[in-house]
Amino acid sequence: MMNVPATLRISFRALRVNKMRSALTMLGMIIGVGAVIAMLAVGTGAGRKIAEQISSMGSNLLMVLPGATTSGGVRMGSGTQPTLTLADADAIRKECPAVQDVAPVLSGVAQIVYGHQNWSTVVVGTTPGMLTVRDWSLVSGRPFTEQDVKSATKVCLLGKTVVDNLFGDMDPLGQMIRIKKVPFVVIGLLATKGQSPQGQDQDDSVYVPVTTAQKKLFGTSFPGMIRIMMVKAKNTDDLAAAEKQINELLRQRHHIGPKQENDFTVRNLTQMMETAQESAKVMTLLLGAIASVSLLVGGIGIMNIMLVSVTERTREIGIRMAIGAKTWDIRLQFIIEALMLSFIGGIVGICFGISGSKILSILAGWPTIISPLSILSAFGFSGLVGIFFGFYPAYKASLLDPIDALRYE
Amino acid sequence: MAIIEAQEITKIYRLGDVDVHALGGVSLTIDKGEFVAVMGPSGSGKSTFMNILGCLDKPTGGKYFLEDINVGDLDRDELAGIRNKKIGFVFQGFNLLPRTSALENVELPMLYDGIPAKERRRKAMEAIKSVGLEGRDNHHPNQLSGGQQQRVAIARALVNEAPIILADEPTGNLDTKTSGEIMEIFVKLNAESHITIILVTHETNIAAYSRRMIKFLDGRIIHDEPVIRS
Ligand SMILES: Nc1ncnc2c1ncn2[C@@H]1O[C@H](COP(=O)(O)OP(=O)(O)O)[C@@H](O)[C@H]1O
Ligand SMILES: [Mg+2]
Repeated sequence: MMNVPATLRISFRALRVNKMRSALTMLGMIIGVGAVIAMLAVGTGAGRKIAEQISSMGSNLLMVLPGATTSGGVRMGSGTQPTLTLADADAIRKECPAVQDVAPVLSGVAQIVYGHQNWSTVVVGTTPGMLTVRDWSLVSGRPFTEQDVKSATKVCLLGKTVVDNLFGDMDPLGQMIRIKKVPFVVIGLLATKGQSPQGQDQDDSVYVPVTTAQKKLFGTSFPGMIRIMMVKAKNTDDLAAAEKQINELLRQRHHIGPKQENDFTVRNLTQMMETAQESAKVMTLLLGAIASVSLLVGGIGIMNIMLVSVTERTREIGIRMAIGAKTWDIRLQFIIEALMLSFIGGIVGICFGISGSKILSILAGWPTIISPLSILSAFGFSGLVGIFFGFYPAYKASLLDPIDALRYE
Repeated sequence: MAIIEAQEITKIYRLGDVDVHALGGVSLTIDKGEFVAVMGPSGSGKSTFMNILGCLDKPTGGKYFLEDINVGDLDRDELAGIRNKKIGFVFQGFNLLPRTSALENVELPMLYDGIPAKERRRKAMEAIKSVGLEGRDNHHPNQLSGGQQQRVAIARALVNEAPIILADEPTGNLDTKTSGEIMEIFVKLNAESHITIILVTHETNIAAYSRRMIKFLDGRIIHDEPVIRS
């Protein structure tokens, strides 16, 4: 059997003879490997971002929404009460043992004015439980209390984005702002939380006692109505129990008969998170698969050029056979040549993929994560492509008849 | 002692519906150390016979023993091994690898024989020297004259210490003076290293360097006689 360093040298020289052709062939691999790495980086980055956003919602969360699940959560069930109420929220907090805390939400978009500045944002009416439920903290000031909720005081907590837009560098604590012309005192500033899974800026919000929201901001004909509830279970293992307890309690409170549908829906955020992450994974695979197609095309390019090369070098093959090259000597020579094309293409492709995903991340403002595994697999894959697409031309070369090959013009 | 024994070798090429009888039953014994010139008109089957002797081609019929091995029993890779170790080829058209230095061309047979790089280099340099090409080891074929290229080819044929050199019109592309120089190399190899040389030519003055002359006509041997050197 022929020795490897010498074969490497022969192959390298063969590639150098047709520099342009080799470079173009490698370009196929470069684009393929680069695309795989960049796409995987984008997909992994997306997955990570989704995970971060979801965990920013808080852990062990359940959402209670009005309406039945069966038709997209819109259709009302046949309970006696059309919506969720503050009393429901209180009942859940007090009567469901698996529940740690409940945050009712009654929210809407409102114009906020401070001095000459104004800003349109989401105003959320809730209870002190919100901070616990969402694992949220204040950077300064104090949260509102049960007492504030009970007496519907006009106090508010501001998100970072609202502070930036209304106050600039000033300290908003103790200042008076107007929400829908109603004056509120700023008592606390929320820590930065970033984007929600739906892509909203969670810091672009104002929190007020839910009772104040009902009476002064988003009042409806149903007293005590809230839009949704966020429920935090005591721990992850309690999530299922909490869901069951909430279901039972609300069915009873809403007087829903045994054969009747729920007029509310309980959603498990952990499940949603798993679903979102699953879909991010699918997206990553999809992107990777699409990019792999270009790797495949690159491989076909290698095969094509190797077939041309075998034909062009028929006489050389004949000479080698005449002086003693065996079947595998010839095969190895061409396989190594194909491998070199794919490996060099692969290495350059990895560099392009890394810098490409960096550029993509800057341009799109989307994080990209390049895992060592994706680099390794792209590299391994390019090797496989080289062997796979290099084998047939090499096989063809090795089967040439020595005398025919020598006579080839 | 016979190094080559051909028994009733036939070769038929099929061209469409026509059978071309290139060799019509050739029997020949060549002893170790002989220097044989094969002559005959164009198309008489000389090259076909040489390719069979060199294990590049297989006969349609007959038996061929090389150093008492029945070549017909060997597979593709075993034949490659025989070509590598037992036979050195010198062709009319040189058949050197282009864009490859003289030294590397000469190293090639050893590459397929698994000889380590250092020894390869040493032996190749030695062979290049023995054909009078010192200092040209780094030249590529296109930087060498025809005579020099044929010397490289001879060095390549020598380097694995093959007992047989087969040369099919080695001087066909060379002028008279260069032809003489190449023939001197063959004579020297035959005399000093006892290499068996079989050489095809259609020039009588080239054949005169040999010790035995065989004449082909229409795929058969019509003459086989010793050469009296003057
Ligand atoms: N590959 C081939 N296919 C068909 N016919 C061939 C082939 N090679 C040689 N021949 C025929 O075989 C005969 C002998 O050819 P060859 O051995 O080359 O003669 P020489 O070398 O004596 O000139 C010729 O008639 C030639 O046309
Ligand atoms: Mg001929």
